[in-house]
Amino acid sequence: MSINLTLIGQMITFTLLVWFTMKYVWPPLFDALEQRKKKIVDGLAAADQGNKQMELAGKKSKEILKDAKSQSAEIINMAQKRASEIVDESRVTAKVEGERLLTSAKSQIEQELQHTREKLSKEVSDLAIKAAEQILQEEIDKTKHQAILKKATAQLGKLK
Amino acid sequence: MASEAHASEGATGYIVHHLTPLSIGEGFWTLHLDTLFFSALLGGLFIWFFKVAAEKATVGVPGLMQNFAEMLVEFVDTQVKDSFHGKSNLIAPLALTVFCWVFLMNFMDLFPVDLMPNIGSVMGVEYLRVVPTTDLNATFAMSISVFILIIFYSIKIKGGWGFAKELMFQPFGPWLLPFNLLLKLVEEIAKPISLALRLFGNLYAGELIFILIALLPWYVQPFLSFPWAVFHILIITLQAFIFMVLTIVYLSMAHEDH
Repeated sequence: MSINLTLIGQMITFTLLVWFTMKYVWPPLFDALEQRKKKIVDGLAAADQGNKQMELAGKKSKEILKDAKSQSAEIINMAQKRASEIVDESRVTAKVEGERLLTSAKSQIEQELQHTREKLSKEVSDLAIKAAEQILQEEIDKTKHQAILKKATAQLGKLK
Repeated sequence: MASEAHASEGATGYIVHHLTPLSIGEGFWTLHLDTLFFSALLGGLFIWFFKVAAEKATVGVPGLMQNFAEMLVEFVDTQVKDSFHGKSNLIAPLALTVFCWVFLMNFMDLFPVDLMPNIGSVMGVEYLRVVPTTDLNATFAMSISVFILIIFYSIKIKGGWGFAKELMFQPFGPWLLPFNLLLKLVEEIAKPISLALRLFGNLYAGELIFILIALLPWYVQPFLSFPWAVFHILIITLQAFIFMVLTIVYLSMAHEDH
């Protein structure tokens, strides 16, 4: 067991190993470790934030749902009201229209009646005059009874 | 499991054979080929694994390999951050290298003691000691490298004069200068020696006990070598961990300006 040249050889080997480790082994491995550590820290933070945001979104969606429900209820209410209004309105218009139709029909009937009456009275007077003329032609001298005829004509005229 | 060839030399011969490294050269100019080969091989394994993991490293979900590499990196980084409060690009990679390399070299201890020497003898290699950390050269190579870094950083951070002042005037003030100097020098020199000897001693003793167990009758061996191997899993990890932590602590002490 003696110290000899092997010592120098071993020192050279050792130096080479340390140099190689220092240059090519340690930095990439250590960097990878550090970067992964950072990545994990970032990832955890991101996950936390994501959770928070999800919670917020959940709350928000609940609110929106609530709003939508109340809004839809309101809309339905309004629609029902409007529908009943429309029904009422149409009832009123129908009534008015019906009355209007009724009155116009009545006035038309009145007019027709008037017309018919006029026509009828004219026809009656004509007939009466014709009948009277025939009777008078046989019995009465025209000139003699001129006054009476005129009187009668005037009366008939009043009848019109 | 002593093979026939060694049995003739007796128990002592077997043990000595197992503890003799494959070497070339004479005196100081000896090279322990097995130590150099296995430590380089294991260092290469470590580098290869981590290089592949580093190349594939993604910020996204890591694969099995990257996960394992990152686990070790994070483990070492935690240790460094616990005791070292400065900023250095060297200490953490150094600690990672020390931990993984020492662990892998220690791990060779868990292979059956005769497995690789026998394979070696079949291939014509006479001696083979597979655990590099049972070689003082391997442990001292690391601890002396760390020691050089300690001196380098002490001077870099405190300045030459500052470091000299620390050696001379602490802990007892300028009137006891020689005593301070002696104390400090012993303290500094004790660092690499204790680092190297602790690791070496633990692994050498562990290996020796495996060898001794291998000398016992075959029906006794499992009952001893299995518990010892299980216990050894703890020891090899612990020794690698201690070497790493002490390296970090010594270097952070060198960075501290009093």
